[in-house]
Amino acid sequence: MRSRTFFVAGLLLALLVAGVASYYASSHPDGLEYVAGKTGFLDSAEDSPTADSPLADYQTEGVDNERVSGGLAGVVGVLLVLGLAGGLAWGVRRRGSAEHDQDEQKDEAIH
Amino acid sequence: MHVPDGFLDAPTSVATGVVAVAAVGVALRKARTELDDRTAPMAGLVAAFVFAAQMINFPVGAGTSGHLLGGALAAVLVGPWTAVLCISVVLIVQALFMADGGITALGTNITLMAVVGVAVGWLVFVALRAVLPKRLGSVPPAAAIGALLSVPAAAAVFTLLFAIGGQAPVETGKVLTAMVGWHVVIGVGEAVVTALVVGAVVAARPDLVYGARPLLAARTLEIRKAVA
Repeated sequence: MRSRTFFVAGLLLALLVAGVASYYASSHPDGLEYVAGKTGFLDSAEDSPTADSPLADYQTEGVDNERVSGGLAGVVGVLLVLGLAGGLAWGVRRRGSAEHDQDEQKDEAIH
Repeated sequence: MHVPDGFLDAPTSVATGVVAVAAVGVALRKARTELDDRTAPMAGLVAAFVFAAQMINFPVGAGTSGHLLGGALAAVLVGPWTAVLCISVVLIVQALFMADGGITALGTNITLMAVVGVAVGWLVFVALRAVLPKRLGSVPPAAAIGALLSVPAAAAVFTLLFAIGGQAPVETGKVLTAMVGWHVVIGVGEAVVTALVVGAVVAARPDLVYGARPLLAARTLEIRKAVA
């Protein structure tokens, strides 16, 4: 599989998971929240200072349709993480991968 | 496992904040050895996928759910230091934009999921890779076991932090049993997702799987010997 095809397929999968499949996720409390409730420390939780953010709780402010609201928040989140993590990785990477260039030339020679 | 604000007191939150900053600082230096022009986009993709997967809570019984933490998954795909950066970015975006996980608890969440989750997942993976047959087929099961153990490990470290700086007077033993018990079950889900995703990438592009590189090198040598 070519790198571009692989990358596009992976990104599409992430966007589908966050934008569409997330609607069907379980709404039960997660392990930590459940244990906190059972053992009696859930009440010590405080609201996040970002609770008023336009994407808080994976819902888009001003979008009434729950499916669209959640899907949009997921898609924005995926693109935000892709840009930040990809940009960070690009920034700290080794420059000029001579070793790989040679490998690729060898591959081309074989094919 | 996203810890909200308020569970842990200020000194504990500051301490985990220091751990998180130090770990990300070291990871920024060390990730250079794992990243080049080809693998840097992969790091962005892996982080994006972990963010997406964390939106999918799966039920684990008794009205409880869990979701992928992604530490082992990211470590096997892009390398452990890059994985620390990837999971940290996911947690920062979740805390700042989605109000998922607290702000004073951000250091705690990075410590639990980006440091403990990645470290345990990766070390177990490396140990298993050393004893399993030297072929690509060993990579997904080794990653799965690393993923399975990384979740209760993070849950145990949360309990330790709660014993030190918990804001509610709850017996540590009760919290430990419940946290580790439930997170073993969630770890099974973590293992399944990790095996499927790592298996798919190993099948499509084994050269892009950081944890498969030593096995890929061995395979290349074998082919050359056969040709000669």
